[in-house]
Amino acid sequence: MDKVSVVTGPAVPLPLSNVDTDQIIPAVFLKRVTKTGFDDALFYGWRQDPDFVINQPAYATGGILIAGPDFGTGSSREHAVWALRDFGFNAVLSPRFGDIFRGNSGKQGLLAGQISESDAEKIWALIEAQPGIEISVDLIARNATIGELTVPFEIDDYTRWRLLEGLDDIGLTLRDEAHITEFESRREPWRPKTLPVK
Amino acid sequence: MTTSAPELAGSAASDSPASRPRTLAEKVWDDHLVVKGEDGSPDLIYIDLHLLHEVTSPQAFDGLRLAGRPVRRLDLTIATEDHNTPTLAIDKPIADLTSRTQIQTLRNNAAEFGVRIHSLGDIEQGIVHVVGPQLGLTMPGITVVCGDSHTSTHGAFGAMAFGIGTSEVEHVLATQTLPLKPFKTMAINVEGTLRPGVTAKDIILAVIAKIGTGGGQGYVLEYRGSAIRALSMDGRMTICNMSIEAGARAGMVAPDQTTYDYLNGRAHAPEGQDWDDAVAYWKTLATDADATFDAEVFLDADELEPFVTWGTNPGQGVSLSEPIPNPADIEDLNERSAAERALEYMDLTAGTPMKEIQVDAVFMGSCTNSRIEDLRAFASIIKGQKKADGVRVMVVPGSARVRIEAEAEGIDKIVTEFGAEWRFAGCSMCLGMNPDQLAPGERCASTSNRNFEGRQGKGGRTHLVSPLVAAATAIRGTLSSPWDLVAGTDTATDAAEKVNA
Repeated sequence: MDKVSVVTGPAVPLPLSNVDTDQIIPAVFLKRVTKTGFDDALFYGWRQDPDFVINQPAYATGGILIAGPDFGTGSSREHAVWALRDFGFNAVLSPRFGDIFRGNSGKQGLLAGQISESDAEKIWALIEAQPGIEISVDLIARNATIGELTVPFEIDDYTRWRLLEGLDDIGLTLRDEAHITEFESRREPWRPKTLPVK
Repeated sequence: MTTSAPELAGSAASDSPASRPRTLAEKVWDDHLVVKGEDGSPDLIYIDLHLLHEVTSPQAFDGLRLAGRPVRRLDLTIATEDHNTPTLAIDKPIADLTSRTQIQTLRNNAAEFGVRIHSLGDIEQGIVHVVGPQLGLTMPGITVVCGDSHTSTHGAFGAMAFGIGTSEVEHVLATQTLPLKPFKTMAINVEGTLRPGVTAKDIILAVIAKIGTGGGQGYVLEYRGSAIRALSMDGRMTICNMSIEAGARAGMVAPDQTTYDYLNGRAHAPEGQDWDDAVAYWKTLATDADATFDAEVFLDADELEPFVTWGTNPGQGVSLSEPIPNPADIEDLNERSAAERALEYMDLTAGTPMKEIQVDAVFMGSCTNSRIEDLRAFASIIKGQKKADGVRVMVVPGSARVRIEAEAEGIDKIVTEFGAEWRFAGCSMCLGMNPDQLAPGERCASTSNRNFEGRQGKGGRTHLVSPLVAAATAIRGTLSSPWDLVAGTDTATDAAEKVNA
């Protein structure tokens, strides 16, 4: 995973609550067996409307998405993160994220920062006054700057550290392999086993 | 750029947990601690059971191949095919080429890595969350994961079960563990007795409407109280299944005799001394009397009526006897605009009685409501009746075994004589990934779990309902409860009793 520290791009407004992962990418696009090539599927239903935000020239290559509360609820599909990344989004700021979506983001280098609802409103107002305005999201300082406004965002220490260092989770876990093996040696015989087939 | 890393030194978690009072969820968590995280790093949690399906696994297997890693515990891993599979003509090649490729990719990966798989046509094939419990693999006190958010279903057994993304699928395949942050706990107390015609589905829809789609975020829910204890395992699975719809990754019910009776004798349930040891342990799992939850919610089962959704998220629901709410009455601005947007998408007007809403289709199935008891409940209402003209009714068992069991009871005949379609097992019309989809603008009463825009097909409109409401709606053509089928009565309890007699 590439290291993430400061990301800058157009602030893209999506002032809607409960944007579930079915809206971010409908199920029909989940049939692919690759991790890339999902940019055309992003917000597929909504982007049929020519006025939808990512159809506007200023936002056609992504940037930083400023979403309403409960972004990424619903299905566990990591394809939602792949689609946002493929389209060109490097960060999403929202007052609240679906848990699974937030976890998936951290594993794919998509910075998911939690901002207050009032700061989201302020950012949307700035975008409305100046469409295409850039926002800079600083993972080191844990804040985002747009025009004269700087707002803090929350991201947990561990995810922040992994993003900053570009670390692979599996590699980290396998450093504890001796502990895993030791745990397995204590596992009770009644616990489920899928093999042999019964 | 260098940064100061959080202190990641952990300690092997071999000490017995503190003697403080604990909840069910905390006990299961503590007993799966491989490494206790310190100073902000997550705990490393052991995973007892990993379920796979075709949609969220191909990229995970690719990752293993690239890194040259094997599957660590093939004996804790099992795969089936459900999301993409057709529910008609299952003996023919899958018509949709990308679906066929995805299914074939799972089969190839299972063969290459040695993973047990139950493919279309196999007696153990079905929706992954129906298959695990049916095989006796899902049991109390274990951890279960799957690349599917409805993995919360398995919490009905007192397991800690949650959905994961594809990166985490790869992580579990490689390490049989997950790094996880501790969670908060929320008690959902449902006391009282459900009236006839009111079911587990109505409980969970009412819970979600009460706490909202984000209300459970960061929590593990524990469903408690006399109304929960009185439910069968199938009912408890329906409730835990939709925990994610309230924002919670997991929902649990403490195991009891109902749980043990369900499990005993199933193919992979423990036997002999192992069974006795297991039950002795399972009996220690219930939340301690003096344990505290981070949050508590109360719901009165006596007052519940059949509950249905009117909007485009599962929290937008009301009792079936009520009208569609007016967005202007909603104080929260975000929720108000979401409601306005939802009514526009759903083509509904505030103030219209829910019971006046006409449907084009009824879907009876999904990991929420496709088990044998769900099919029995549906069949008990439609038996000897004819479906409403112009309404398409599809009945899809959750697994090949459920289908066989239902056929042995004659449910297939009741369904076909009613004028409905009797299908093969799969996720079917719950999500638009297989041929079973709504056409744009079509309205469906669905026993599934998500009423998101386009969930059942682009432009489709979904009302989430219980199997009993689905059945009554299929008969009348408008959203209906079984109570409405009794002539001359409206919502009277005696009418409901007649229906259920």
